[in-house]
Amino acid sequence: MLDLFARFGRVGLASLERLGRGHLLLLQILLGLTSLLPRLKLLAAQIHSIGVRTTTIIVVSGLFVGMVLGLQGYYVLSQFGAEDSLGVMVAASLVRELGPVVTALLFAGRAGSALTAEIGLMKATEQLSGLEMMAVDPIRRILSPRFYAGFISMPLLAAMFSAIGVIGGYFVSVGLLGVDDGAFWSQMQAKIDWGEDVLNGVIKSFVFGFVCAWIALFQGYDTIPTSAGVSQSTTRTVVHSALAVLVLDFVLTALMFGG
Amino acid sequence: MQTRQLEITVGFFMALGLVALFFLAMQVSNLASISSDEGYTITARFDNIGGLKVRSPVSMAGVRVGRVVGISYDQSSFEAVVTLAIDPQFNQIPDDSIAKIYTSGLLGEQYIGLDPGGSLESLEQDSELMMTQSALVLEEIVGQFLFSKAEENAMSDEP
Repeated sequence: MLDLFARFGRVGLASLERLGRGHLLLLQILLGLTSLLPRLKLLAAQIHSIGVRTTTIIVVSGLFVGMVLGLQGYYVLSQFGAEDSLGVMVAASLVRELGPVVTALLFAGRAGSALTAEIGLMKATEQLSGLEMMAVDPIRRILSPRFYAGFISMPLLAAMFSAIGVIGGYFVSVGLLGVDDGAFWSQMQAKIDWGEDVLNGVIKSFVFGFVCAWIALFQGYDTIPTSAGVSQSTTRTVVHSALAVLVLDFVLTALMFGG
Repeated sequence: MQTRQLEITVGFFMALGLVALFFLAMQVSNLASISSDEGYTITARFDNIGGLKVRSPVSMAGVRVGRVVGISYDQSSFEAVVTLAIDPQFNQIPDDSIAKIYTSGLLGEQYIGLDPGGSLESLEQDSELMMTQSALVLEEIVGQFLFSKAEENAMSDEP
């Protein structure tokens, strides 16, 4: 019986300890900005591998999500004779929710897992210790640029996703389903607010970029330095990022649009 | 050469993201059509504004001429005071125009329609519309209908 409690306690303490390590790492990464600013080339290289290479999947999925929204929205709205509002529906759901959330999920799957695997392998092959031996702080040299690259790339990717999605919705609804061209855009412009809808979506994507990059880097840095450990951490990155994004999305939506 | 190509692609990526954001701002949302502080504001008092909201459109003859910028409640007269911002190019509106609250479509949003009067004076900054017509509240209409029906029945029962 006591063993059971002891096991509970051990699990609880271990997860608290992980949480603490995660926050300490985050603090060090954030402080790494000071040594990153004079060397923006490092940042550019990471934006290339994190942001630029994720663009394709973001653009293609954005296009198809927008097109599906157009089709499904038309099905419901046409029953009320409100096809003219299709533009509003497509744009509002993309800008407020789907843009930031789906981008973050794809970002965690495409870039986050790669980050974890990269850092984890660096740790497993003792490259991080090697850097330390050369008096180079691995957190400032390796982790910080990756973190800020993720933080910068995510909102840009989310904006691309939403914009492409709206265009996809436009093609389906105006081109395929015969919704009026002018009504599509004018209703959208009348109902979508720059501050309320678009900017809140951008804030969301900043938060998601922050969280996804943090989780990915921490899982990589904290990995058990074996092949099995790296694979476990990579899986955990995707799972934890997805959960964090969905829970945070609920909280942010409640804060932004709930009141 | 390698770094140069990398920098070009990163620059292209960031530009693409900003263009997407610009597209969202100008084409999707209403940032382009928000007129700044130009124009003038007028007020109107209503007994009941129904579902009117701040940012609701103000139109004349169906053309959008401004928007609602403020709604407050006057405790002494028990009326709603609505502040309307009219775009600067519409400066020939007669000052005895009538403000009415309409609903766009059956279930649409409510907006203010201005019916022009015959006065030669134009509306200016801070002028007040004297004649207004409140929003039609569906419950009141249904209530009146039921009331008149009941009255009819009572009349026909009497003789």
